[in-house]
Amino acid sequence: MPGDSSFSGRSAIGCPGARLKPLREPRLTRFSGHHLVCFRGERTVFENLDFDLGDGGALVLRGPNGSGKSSLLRLMAGLARPLSGALIWDNEAVADDAEAHHRRLHYVGHADPVKPALTVAENLRFWSALRGDGAAAVSVAVGRALDGFGIAHLADLPGRYLSAGQRRRANLARVMASSAVLWLLDEPATALDDSGVACLREAMAAHRARGGMVVTSAHADPLLAGGRELDLSQFRAAS
Amino acid sequence: MSGFLTIVGRDLRLALRQGVDSLMVVMFFVIAVVLFPFGVGPEPNVLARIAGGVIWVAALLASMLSLERLFQTDYEDGSLELLALQPVALEATVIAKVTAHWLTTGLPLIVAAPLLAVLMNLPRDGFVVLVSALALGTPTLSLIGAIGAALILGSRRGGILLALLVLPLFIPVLIFGVGAVEAALGGFPARPQLLVLAALLLAALPLCPWVGAAAIRQAFD
Repeated sequence: MPGDSSFSGRSAIGCPGARLKPLREPRLTRFSGHHLVCFRGERTVFENLDFDLGDGGALVLRGPNGSGKSSLLRLMAGLARPLSGALIWDNEAVADDAEAHHRRLHYVGHADPVKPALTVAENLRFWSALRGDGAAAVSVAVGRALDGFGIAHLADLPGRYLSAGQRRRANLARVMASSAVLWLLDEPATALDDSGVACLREAMAAHRARGGMVVTSAHADPLLAGGRELDLSQFRAAS
Repeated sequence: MSGFLTIVGRDLRLALRQGVDSLMVVMFFVIAVVLFPFGVGPEPNVLARIAGGVIWVAALLASMLSLERLFQTDYEDGSLELLALQPVALEATVIAKVTAHWLTTGLPLIVAAPLLAVLMNLPRDGFVVLVSALALGTPTLSLIGAIGAALILGSRRGGILLALLVLPLFIPVLIFGVGAVEAALGGFPARPQLLVLAALLLAALPLCPWVGAAAIRQAFD
């Protein structure tokens, strides 16, 4: 398993993800971007950016503020379109079938969409049910995900009583609760404490061990030791 | 389809837990109509003459009042982004949210309308037509309003902008809605006006979610 050595420090809260069956039949999947140009707010954020990601692969986006880490993640998710260039999944352009792409990705942005009026479990069940899983399977998966992020005791608490770190944990548990090959995590460790970061690290390791891909932006913390780094500052447009 | 029902169920649950929003809309509707007897005087004939129009205009303003929140809360907390990234077409998501919105704001207006019609001394012949016209017209208002609600995402003072955007588009519904009531009161068949209202609804049903979804995608870019 790539980068396994860095996950030896397991936290008290176990992440049972590693015991799950593989995400799909073993075969080589590739997600790549070619000559991507991102244009935002009347300036070119980056240009000629290429990346390449395979089964179990991880990519850590680095670069100073404003270098386009979030923008690249939004391009990968399909929330924004590149000015030029192409995103390719298994030899097919992502833009050709947006719905299929949405089915295989999980995205964590800056905000934590936890509804204050719904309980934590209801919040998670909603997002899992939207992906077409059956009610029984959803309940089991949600329980396991809450456990994995150490917030099982908050399951019946309305979202309005959560702290920022707990909201982030709930949002990350949402990602764990239903299966998708590609995880796009924008600054996932924001507001997390040490044990939260450990949970996240374990969840990502388990996901990669099952053949999943992770793209994350991170500042200082080497969350994904073993993942390749992509420094966005080298693609800055010449101005 | 299951995705559609899941979103409707979630929005209904949210609306019921924070029930103030739909209650506020109905209260606004009632108060706005009740103001008229004070304004124009309690003369029964005058009130009966203007009842249909007053109830329709108040219903229109009341349904607009709640439109601002249709996508705004989901947009602010990041839910809308995630909804757009689910394997459910964004158009279906828009219809689902409009359906839930209508069930929590449009339906209570229709229930309250007969009471206000009594208050406004509307002749009994107009009751059934008024309720049927509102039942056909308010879903159209919600659908048209969804376009405006999607367009104002990310703007400050969106509420006033929303009114400027959608009120002109509400005019056809208003004309035929009031027309149906007037026809019934004059002893004419109201069927043509009701059919036009149904036609407006059928036209809005595919068009508005499509435009609304495009406006939401625009807001993300």
